[in-house]
Amino acid sequence: MKIGTPKEIIEGEARVAMTPDSALQLQKLGHECVIETGAGALAGFSDADYKAAGVSVVKTAAALWKAADVVAKVRPPEDVEVKRLRDGQTLISFFNPGGNEKHMAAAAKKGATVVAMEMVPRISRAQKMDALSSMANIAGYRAVIEAGNNFGRFFTGQVTAAGKVPPAKVLVVGAGVAGLAAIGTSTSLGAITYAFDVRPEVAEQVESMGAEFVFLDFEEEQSDGAATGGYAAVSSPEFREAQLAKFRELAPEIDIVITTALIPNREAPELWTEDMVKAMKPGSVIVDLAAEKGGNCKLTVMDEKIVTDNGVTIIGYTDFPSRMAAQSSTLYATNIRHMMTDLTPEKDGKINHDMEDDVIRGATVAYAGEVTFPPPPPKIQAIATQPKKELVPEPTPEEKRAAEAAAFKAQTRNQVTLLAVGGALLLAVGLVAPASFMQHFIVFVLAVFIGFQVIWNVSHSLHTPLMAVTNAISSIIILGALMQIGSGSYLVIVLAALSVFMAGINIFGGFLVTRRMLAMFQKS
Amino acid sequence: MEFGFTTAAYVVAAILFILSLGGLSGQESAKRAVWYGMAGMALAVVATLIGPGAGLWLLSLILIGAGGAIGYQVAQRVQMTEMPQLVAAMHSLVGLAAVFVGFNAHLEMGNVLAMDDAAKKAAEGFAALLAKKDGVEIAILRVEVFLGVFIGAVTFTGSIIAFGKLAGKVDTTAKKLPGGHILNAGAAALSALCLIWYFNTGGFGPLFVMTLLAFFIGYHLIMGIGGADMPVVVSMLNSYSGWAAAAIGFSLGNDLLIVVGALVGSSGAILSYIMCKAMNRSFVSVILGGFGGPAGEQMAVEGEQVAIDADGVAAALNEASSVIIIPGYGMAVAQAQQAVSELTNKLRAQGKNVRFAIHPVAGRLPGHMNVLLAEARVPYDIVMEMDEINDDFPDTDVVIVIGSNDIVNPAAQEDPNSPIAGMPVLECWKAKQVFVSKRGQGTGYSGIENPLFYKENTRMFYGDAKDSVSSLLPKID
Repeated sequence: MKIGTPKEIIEGEARVAMTPDSALQLQKLGHECVIETGAGALAGFSDADYKAAGVSVVKTAAALWKAADVVAKVRPPEDVEVKRLRDGQTLISFFNPGGNEKHMAAAAKKGATVVAMEMVPRISRAQKMDALSSMANIAGYRAVIEAGNNFGRFFTGQVTAAGKVPPAKVLVVGAGVAGLAAIGTSTSLGAITYAFDVRPEVAEQVESMGAEFVFLDFEEEQSDGAATGGYAAVSSPEFREAQLAKFRELAPEIDIVITTALIPNREAPELWTEDMVKAMKPGSVIVDLAAEKGGNCKLTVMDEKIVTDNGVTIIGYTDFPSRMAAQSSTLYATNIRHMMTDLTPEKDGKINHDMEDDVIRGATVAYAGEVTFPPPPPKIQAIATQPKKELVPEPTPEEKRAAEAAAFKAQTRNQVTLLAVGGALLLAVGLVAPASFMQHFIVFVLAVFIGFQVIWNVSHSLHTPLMAVTNAISSIIILGALMQIGSGSYLVIVLAALSVFMAGINIFGGFLVTRRMLAMFQKS
Repeated sequence: MEFGFTTAAYVVAAILFILSLGGLSGQESAKRAVWYGMAGMALAVVATLIGPGAGLWLLSLILIGAGGAIGYQVAQRVQMTEMPQLVAAMHSLVGLAAVFVGFNAHLEMGNVLAMDDAAKKAAEGFAALLAKKDGVEIAILRVEVFLGVFIGAVTFTGSIIAFGKLAGKVDTTAKKLPGGHILNAGAAALSALCLIWYFNTGGFGPLFVMTLLAFFIGYHLIMGIGGADMPVVVSMLNSYSGWAAAAIGFSLGNDLLIVVGALVGSSGAILSYIMCKAMNRSFVSVILGGFGGPAGEQMAVEGEQVAIDADGVAAALNEASSVIIIPGYGMAVAQAQQAVSELTNKLRAQGKNVRFAIHPVAGRLPGHMNVLLAEARVPYDIVMEMDEINDDFPDTDVVIVIGSNDIVNPAAQEDPNSPIAGMPVLECWKAKQVFVSKRGQGTGYSGIENPLFYKENTRMFYGDAKDSVSSLLPKID
């Protein structure tokens, strides 16, 4: 099969879907590669580089579309490109299938197969071809760099001979791939970074990147990202209010805001309102990565940088990846190459478009003359549902003290009751029993008492020796037998003798086995 | 010798016994404590032999010597895994001795009562003591004798059945004759009737009938208690043997017997209480016959048990930095403690943090696992109690469960309808990985399905515990 990459038509798009490196890898799969002349020029790859990698260079786009069986590009195809599609040809690119029905239908009608890179499902196996993530990563990084470019101060705090410089405070809204990349870049530049996300379970990831997660004081069942394949869902109005209130509170002290909040197939939610922009210090910078979908800040102008009346710079560029074309082309071309690897499982240069495969099925939006969008839900869930964590509130010191006091009272009451009942019982016994009995009885009660006091202190691990030693001691019954053995009656002597014998076994057996056991206990 | 000397000796002996029990609070002081116990016993026996009332002391010494020889042999030969049986067997001896001594007291009482005043004055020893008693005291004496014989008889048959169950000679499942508790209650009621009869007549008949009834109660009571509750049973019988000695002490008017009987009795009672608490079982329901039925439909267990081989377990152990081992009765049965100890040494030599978690009712005797591990030379400072270690499971890489089941059953916390609901358990499933060494797929002693075996982070390591652990040894490097 011939895999071809045309020059991107759209003005300002510098990326290219094939690099000399990826071409080499594609050839290993048994494919041939073609490229339109000058396609990689803006990303820093010359025709000579491609030729050196064994890619044939064709002069025009028309020739390329004619020659290639598989066309790999970056941007969704334009009208003219859709017209060039032909039966049996495969197009791999971003496609925006949700808002591009016209082209999808046209492509399907022509019998072409279209693989939309943004439709690659978010499962572990497909991460290597997840172009959205690799582009978002670049966008997050670039957003911080753009912000720094427009921010008149240091990121990191310094104490210099010329005075003290406070560190910049950066707020990242939305901790998806782009958000996390922005957090990482910002913290490594030395800024104090805060991050917010509607999915509380990402707090851990945020903190692992070195930022502080902004928690809302809000009680609600917050949905985790599992149901929506790891993306954020729409939040309730109450939650939104709490969120905006928190942002309003933060706005005056934040120097740089990077918003990355996108909800799939919806307009971007407004998170940074006009009054927040007004509250910010002059010289502050807002980078709105959601500009393409209307922006998280309503003042954002798509593809432009504006400065508000109070001196806040708002950047609404949508082409961050393209601004780092060399890097993004490399990553995107690798994503494409991995997609081709999955499409040619035999590595024989023949494409096997397996519609049973979760990843391929998910990404394919037109196949065999039919529009195949939207795909059925993937069989594997992207992220396991997080079990709800129950928060047990820490008791306050007062509560603790009250609980302790109550416990102490209850204990005292128990003890007093027990003593009273026990004492009364003893007195009752004393009323009827003769003195000789009471003498022994006192000894008995005191011994039980001592027993209880002593045994509670015995360590758990010594319970078996305790049993053995009490067993040995209980053969004190031998005293009784010894006292009786001197009796005149033969029957008594025989029974007493038997008892002495048995108790003898017990005394020696019990003590010796205890000693044996105890000798085994040793410290490390 | 004077009576005063004997009493003084008894006081010293009693103090030695108290020190002996108190010394068991720590492993080191316990080694001293056992000597105190021996000294106390020797002192008590010698004082009695030379004191008033004792005769035939040569015969007594010979008998003690002969019994001692047997006891010595038994103590040297017994395997640590057989400890529960041994303790139960020895309890039965104390019980029977109490019965005999009680009978003797009765016979002597009959003899003395038949004597005229002159003969009474001439009487020696125990008879002399009896001779001084008036009517009320004789009545009280009868009650004391009766109680001593009753408790002794229950202890005797109960211990024999407990021994049989622990030694595997009697079926360990809870069994009751038709009638169940009613039979026990009936026998107890009949015994009470015998007490009244005996109280009034003083004849041997009611005493004998009661003894037979008590034998039956002991037998039937313990037959009705399942194997998993054996730790409670053994400590309960321990307590009984103490109370029997105390009751006999009353009838003989011997304070040392009373003191020691009370010490042993309260010790056993506390142990039983601790065991019951550890199983979240009411003490009464255990001694009256084990489990109540499940309160409702038990939670169905989902998933499957995933097996793993020795290589897998060894690989996980090699990577782990903290390991907790939870031994249970299965380790005792398979005699795996030596292999476990070796494994522990190997892992510790690599600088891994290896500890043991001991549930209070692991094994068939309170503290059973501690003794087995001590025998295998596992240092006691890495052997932890449940409360000490339960919070550490989430930070633990690997947990190895060896032959325990109910004490690691998450159903106790998760399923309110489980028969063991509310029982404190070792929360091993919170660790990163759990390996369960188990003979087969069956349920545990109590027959309760264990959801732990179906958890995602649990792997079943089937096979005899000793072989399984031994097979790991060469693979640990």
